[in-house]
This record gives sequence, C-alpha cells and structure tokens, in this order.
Amino acid sequence: MASAAALPQYKVLIGMEIHVQLATRSKMFTGAANGFGGEPNSQVDPVVLGLPGVLPVINRQAVEMAIMVGLALNCRIAAQTKWDRKSYYYPDLPKNYQISQYDQPLCGAGQMELPPADGPGATVRIRRAHLEEDAGKLLHENHGAFSLVDLNRAGTPLLEIVTEPDLAGPEQARLFGEELRHICRYLGVSLGIMQQGHMRFEPNINLHIFHQGQWVPTPIAEIKNLNSFRAVERACGYEIQRQLSEWMASPDAPPPRGKSTRGWDDDRGVTLVQREKEEAHDYRYFPDPDLVPLRVTPEWIEQIRARMVELPIPRRERYRKQLGLSAKEAFSLTEEKSLSDLFDQAIAAGAPPRRLINLLLGPAAKLANERSAAQGRPVPISDLPVSAGQYAALARLVDQNAISATASVAVFEYLAAHPGSDPAQVAAQQGLLQVRDAARTLQWVLQAIAANPQAVGDYRNNPKKKQASLGFLRGAVMKLSQGKADPKMVGQILEEKLNDG
Amino acid sequence: MTILNELSAVELRDRITGGEIKSVDAAEAVFQAIAAWDPFLHAYNSTFRESTLRGAEKIDRDRAAGKKPGLLSGVPIAIKDNICTTFGTTTCSSKMLADFRSPYNASVVEKLQNAGALIVGKTNLDEFAMGSSTENSAFGPTHNPWNTRRVPGGSSGGSAAATAAGLCSAALGSDTGGSIRQPASLCGIVGLKPTYGLVSRYGLVAFASSLDQIGPLARTVADAALLLQVIAGHDPRDSTSWPEPSDDYLSELEKPLEEVRLGLPEEFTGEGVDAEVASAVRTAVEFYRAQGAKIVPVSLPHTRYGIAAYYVIAPAEAASNLARYDGVHYGHRAAHPEDLYDLYAASRAQGFGPEVQRRIMLGTYALSAGYYDAYYLRALKVRQLIKHDFDEAFQQCDFIACPTSPTVAFELGAKSGDPLRMYLCDVFTVTCNIAGIPGMNIPCGFSSDGLPIGLQLLGPIFSERRMLRLARQYEKNHDWHKRRPQPPAAEPRHKQPD
Repeated sequence: MASAAALPQYKVLIGMEIHVQLATRSKMFTGAANGFGGEPNSQVDPVVLGLPGVLPVINRQAVEMAIMVGLALNCRIAAQTKWDRKSYYYPDLPKNYQISQYDQPLCGAGQMELPPADGPGATVRIRRAHLEEDAGKLLHENHGAFSLVDLNRAGTPLLEIVTEPDLAGPEQARLFGEELRHICRYLGVSLGIMQQGHMRFEPNINLHIFHQGQWVPTPIAEIKNLNSFRAVERACGYEIQRQLSEWMASPDAPPPRGKSTRGWDDDRGVTLVQREKEEAHDYRYFPDPDLVPLRVTPEWIEQIRARMVELPIPRRERYRKQLGLSAKEAFSLTEEKSLSDLFDQAIAAGAPPRRLINLLLGPAAKLANERSAAQGRPVPISDLPVSAGQYAALARLVDQNAISATASVAVFEYLAAHPGSDPAQVAAQQGLLQVRDAARTLQWVLQAIAANPQAVGDYRNNPKKKQASLGFLRGAVMKLSQGKADPKMVGQILEEKLNDG
Repeated sequence: MTILNELSAVELRDRITGGEIKSVDAAEAVFQAIAAWDPFLHAYNSTFRESTLRGAEKIDRDRAAGKKPGLLSGVPIAIKDNICTTFGTTTCSSKMLADFRSPYNASVVEKLQNAGALIVGKTNLDEFAMGSSTENSAFGPTHNPWNTRRVPGGSSGGSAAATAAGLCSAALGSDTGGSIRQPASLCGIVGLKPTYGLVSRYGLVAFASSLDQIGPLARTVADAALLLQVIAGHDPRDSTSWPEPSDDYLSELEKPLEEVRLGLPEEFTGEGVDAEVASAVRTAVEFYRAQGAKIVPVSLPHTRYGIAAYYVIAPAEAASNLARYDGVHYGHRAAHPEDLYDLYAASRAQGFGPEVQRRIMLGTYALSAGYYDAYYLRALKVRQLIKHDFDEAFQQCDFIACPTSPTVAFELGAKSGDPLRMYLCDVFTVTCNIAGIPGMNIPCGFSSDGLPIGLQLLGPIFSERRMLRLARQYEKNHDWHKRRPQPPAAEPRHKQPD
C-alpha cells in the first residue's frame, strides 16, 4: 500500500446481471416438469437431454412471466423477439449450445426506482432482460477420475436481467437484489429461495478514481454466481477495496485493459481470479432455425398487465402516504406479499391502521416467529389462524377503548389458540373489557399509592424523578386492574390523588 | 411371389384390405426380395423381419375381425436411418451413432404406424444426410439397382434403391438440398420434397434445420400422394410446422390440371446438363404442351448463387446441430481421453467421417466472429433473393419444369475425391430448399445405357395437391414407371466395389 493518508476521491460503479429461475410448470422448451431435485436425471425428457431429432417449443408461461417482470421494471416490451443459439462446449450443456436471446431481447430498456431504505435512493436503469434455458450440473465429488452429469436443472427457464452500472455501493447492490426478489415473489414468477439458487447475482464492479484532474476507471471485474444478499454486499465491498489498493500501489501505471472474471470465496471473504479459458470465447450466436420469432401484441401485454398484483414499492408508498405508516413499518409489512394482502383485507374490513399494525408487527409477528422456531420452517403471519376480519374487529376494540393494548395481546393469543372465536366475546368472557368506573379506578389508585411509598415520595419531593414516578405508578395501577382500567381515567385520578396528598 | 412386392402401395393396400392378399404374404415377399437383392445393393442398414411379420399378422387378424383399415394397412415401408424409431437403431450411417437407440419415435413414424404401415427396415444414407451418392456412409455405399456399379444418388440413396428394387412398397427420405429428388431421379422413381413446414421434423435427426424436410419416395405418383396424405399435417412438437390442416392429396389425383402454365427457367438448361437428360426433359415439356399447357420462359437469376449460399447456410446449421455428438452423453466415446478437451476432440474425430468433418469446419468458420457478416449473413441475403426469384416466377407460371439432376447415375468413386464436383450434383435441387417450396421428381426417360432420367417439378408453397395431379397427368400417359430393374444373378458385388 502506497500511503494510507492519500486515499483518493473515487466513485463506485456497480452493474448487475441477475439470473432468475422462473417457477413455470414445465421447462423452457419442452413439457418436462420444471421441478428439479429428486434423483439425478429424473426431471428430463428427450428434449432436455438434447437427443438426436428433438425440437424445442416455446413455453408460453415463461414468456408471460418474463413480460410481467419486464413490466414491473418499466421495460419496453419488444413487439417481436427471436431466439439464438449460443455455442460452447461443456458437459452440463446437452446440445453444446444454449438457446438464448442475443440481439432482440424480450424486454428492452427500463428502470427501477430503488427507494431510500436507510441510505439514499437511486434510479437503477435496466439495460435488458431476456429468456434462456439453464444448464445442468456436474458432480465432481467422490467419483474418482469421473465427473457425473445431472441434467435435472437443464432446460429450466431463466430470465437474465442486466442493469446499467447505476449502483453506487455494496449496500445499494444488496438492496437492489432484495427489491428484485420482492418483485419476483409478488408476481409469483419465483419463490426466490436463495439457497436453492432461484436467483443468482453477478455484479460488475469498477471504480472511477479522481487523479491529476480527471476520472480514471479501474478495470471492470465480474464476480460470478453469488446466491445470497450477504455475499453480494460483502463481495462488492471486498472488490472495491481490492481495486482501490491495487490502483494505489501504482496510480500512474497505464490502466490494464479488459474485464476479469472473479469468484467469491465466502469462507475467506475474498474474490479470486477465475482460471481464464485458454482461448477467447466466440459463442457463434446465430438465430435458432428450430424456433420461429415470437410476436408480442399490445393486447397480450395488456392481458398480462391486468393479471399483475400491486408491487411492493407502490404498496409502501400507499401505506406511507395514505395510512401514515413509517418507512420502516411499510417495509416490514410488504416484505411478504401474504402479510401485505392480509393487512389490506383487514383495512378493508374497517381496521384502524395504527392499531392493526401494532397487532400484526407485535403479537402476531412474535407468535409467527415462535411457531417457525418450533416447526423448523418459516410460518408466515398470514398462516396463523386469525382472519382479516378478526384482526379488524380486534383493532377496532382497541381503538374504541373497549380494551387496552395490553388486553389486546391476550385476546389475540386466545384467537390464535381457538380459531374462529369472536374478539369482542373473548374480551368479555376473559374479563378484559375496560372498566370506566371512577369508583373502581379510585380503589386501584389508592391501592397503588399505598403499595409504593417510595415512588409517591419521589413524585412529591424530587422534581427530577417526578415524571418517571408518575409513569411507574400508572403502570402499577394498570397492573392491578389487569389491564382493564382506562388509562386516561387512571391518569386523571392518579394525578389528582398525588397532588392532593 | 416376386409380383407381390412389385405392386404399388395403393394396389397392395386395396388387395390386403379387400382380402385378396394376406398382409403376411406381402411382407414375406418383401423379405425374400431383400434377401435376394440387398446383398448387391446395401439399401438397408437394418431390417425388422420379426416385428414386421407380427404387425402383418395383426393386420390380417384385424381385417378378419372387421376393423376399419388404415390408409397404409399392411403396406411395407422403409424409412431413412436418420428418422428416430424406438425399435432398432437410428445410426444416420455414422460411426458416431452406430449403436444409438432412440427412446422415442419420430412424428412421421407414429403417423405411419397409426395408418397401418409396416416398417420393414431403415435405409442407408450419406452420413448425417451429407452427400449426393450415399458413398459417405460409414457402413459402405448403396448401389443403384439399375446398374450396381453406379451410385443411387443421395443422401436418401438407400430409400431410393429399396423402393426401385421392390425391397419395400415405398419409403421415407429427407431432403435438405435434393436428397429425396436426386436419388429418386437416379433410381427412376417418384420423390417429393414437401413445402417446408408441411411435414413434422420432430424425430428427424437434424442436418440443416431450416432446409430439412421429410418426404416420400415411391414407384408411382399415387403412392407418393398416399404417403404424403399420411405424414403431412401440423405437429405441436415442431415450432416450424405449418399450423393448418393439410390438403386432400388423393381425391382429385386423376383429374388433369386445366390451363396450366409451365415455366421453363433459362438458368436450368445449358452447360453441365447431359444431352440425353436435356432431351428427355424437353420431350416431357412437349408432352405437357400437347396436353394444353402454356409453356412460358421464366428467369431465376440468382440460381447461380444457390450452391454457394447453400454451402454456407447448411454447414452453419449442421455445425451447431451436430455439436451435441461429443462423446459425453451418448454415441461414440473415444477410449482413454487425457482430459475433457481430448474426449471431445477424439470422440468427434473418430465418430465423424471426412465429409461431416468438412461441413462442421465450414459451418463453424462461417459463424465465427468476424466472418459471420461476410458469410452467414450474406448467404441469408442470397436466400431472400432466391425466394424472391421464385415469387416472381410464380406470378408468370403455375409450376416450373426442369431436370432434377444434370446427369444420370454416375459410377461409384467417380466424384468422391472431389467434393466440389459432388456438390454440383445439387445445382437444380438446392434452390427449392432455400426457398422452402415443394419439388418432386418423376421418371421421364432412360439414357442409352439404360439409366433413369428424372423430370423435376417445382411449385409455390403448399401446391402439392396440384403438383401431384400434374405429375400424375404425365405418368398416366407414359410407361417409364412400369420399367423395373432386374435382380442380379451374380455374386454380391458391393463387398468388392470396383
């Protein structure tokens, strides 16, 4: 390292290539089931295997899913698109060419407005998104001199999305990835299970360093095949530091040309140059003569658009602007479409938003976490046996001061344990309805004052502790009432008695 | 017995369904003919005697039980060995696939079987259908039944020889640049290359996907029409398959066309055409004129670029289509490879013959970065011009008449050392594939040394129905198709080729 003090001014440019496996029923170009896993080479047919004489047929569902994502990313959808063969030899590629789209992608330029989560927001331009087929997998372990080929994954529809280098740092890169995952999950085009490789990320990173009056670019590095958001963020972070140190070691050296391909070693937390192929790649793209160009009519696009659900970003906007939720609350609610849908249904059933969100993100979220831990699989809030109507009724009880927030937790727990119960009846049966009886309240106040002389003393004699003591005593009253006392009435009577004394 | 296997497919079918002939006897006759002739011809790579006889017995039982017969009930059909069948091997006459067994049937095979056809065997071809003489077979050449020192043409030479010699009633071939019509011409039979998209390619081992079509080879026009009737039609498994139902090729076959305009392209005569071929074709045209056809000169100016464009487009697609034969998943695998690259290189060097390797190299070169525009893209432009030529010509005429092959069958080995001369065999046939239009060969005479001469008819897309009527009109008034080659009495010759 040259000199730690002389850190130059620089900008980070990250572009992303994302492969999304589309959750279609059948594969990209044949009717074989698109459900990998299971015995190796069990999810195949003659087309997947690339046997002599087979022909591909376009999967309409894959095209529609790709168009949906394209519309969500504000892409221009091509009126006509074609299919090209990309040639390279590898044992996981049965035909030794991949059917892809070269110069007429299904989705053209678009953009995503990345909302400000914690840092600044950004506009990420999409360069293109196209359909192609996935390859199989090689199994190298434990087979001696042999590698084995599993073609279950071969032929799976892949949507490759390419962005412009508009991501300004590792965190933005991660947020973009997470946002894209949300969109795909909302649209139902992917389950977005990262561990299963449903989405794979390949960031292209370089720096523009301000040096002697001008911006000098460092060579672009592409990091292959990242399949977690943590890896995206860490790999980008590492790569930025690596390029910076490399440049600082010899800032005046002529900039090396060309793009390098690097792999991410998650254990060591470093990127490593991947062995370059002996020869430069010439994929010899040409139009696949087995497939005819696909026309996409405006009517078809509109039919697809009509089937699209409201996406997470506009939902969050609506929650913030119309319902006054905080950015954080809006984000939490929209992480899972099912929760957001439940929220919207409960609002439609008359739930006051503030009370509802407290229920959902409070006791409901807690119970869902407990059940997830107990069952060893994610249990979403929407899977709890409490309906939107029950949430709405319960939230209204709180809002009307019929029960306290504390009591609402007890009612919720009862509802979850006894599906189909009526919240108002439960509150009544459990004796949780608020008591707005001045005489009862006064009894609880006097009991609390008697039981807590220290706090009473502090209230009366120590101005520094006055407010804290009042809060403590109010809590004591509520506790004595088992949450049934009306907090407003408690406050009035308590202050009256304390000041009287 | 020999007469049974020489009946036309239509006659045989009628006699079997009418109960005059047993399907089993017809099948036996075919296998007797094969046993007697095929050692001299090598038309077949494999035959299916047992399954054919079992199938024939079922045809006879079904007839006895009063079941409705299919269009090809009991008709023994041969199919080219680049069409996939679950029975036997599908070799493409290549060492690469010498032991390959397909787990599925080609669409045309399903259709034949559903129509009651008996598939008697799979016929020899130039390796992966690349050639014009069937000499490029890894299993040895096929011989012309009219003269076993001569080639049968190619690449569907086995199907043509088997049909001409009565070793089947009719056959399927594939035509990428003339591979049905040219061997049909050289063997003196009818051969039809349908409009691109009329017959499903699913299960045809691809040579050049945008040019390949499966079609019939038969001894009569009616038999070709019958086979086409069975195999034509939309197939959802082939994206390039025409989505409309196919025509009725049979009902009006005997009705001559009225007021037909027959185009004579100036580019298809002249240099390189044998005098006897030119004369026979002229005589055939005169026949049509006498029958009331209007003969109009037409011009197809880009024909002279046809061979050049073809030998860019076809190898480019072939190089890509044949990339899958790599020794990894199936097919020939080299022993003891040093590494992955060596496994690929050695398996392909051992598995493919010289002509296939030549075309893979041509095609790979034509698609390479820096050459794509100069070769492949340019060839596609020529393709558009050739299509345009035909569009223009078919404004002025209904069909085009010309020779199928510039020469009659040549001697084995005469051209095999000179690929360019061999490529010129296809000079009159390739433009038809390039334009995607239908074309057919019908016998129109014999040379002085007794070798068949063929007339080629070309028509606009989906004109097969009328084209078959035009062909039938000629056939009805001539006897060429009734001449049959005589079985040799001597020892098998193909084992010691001259």
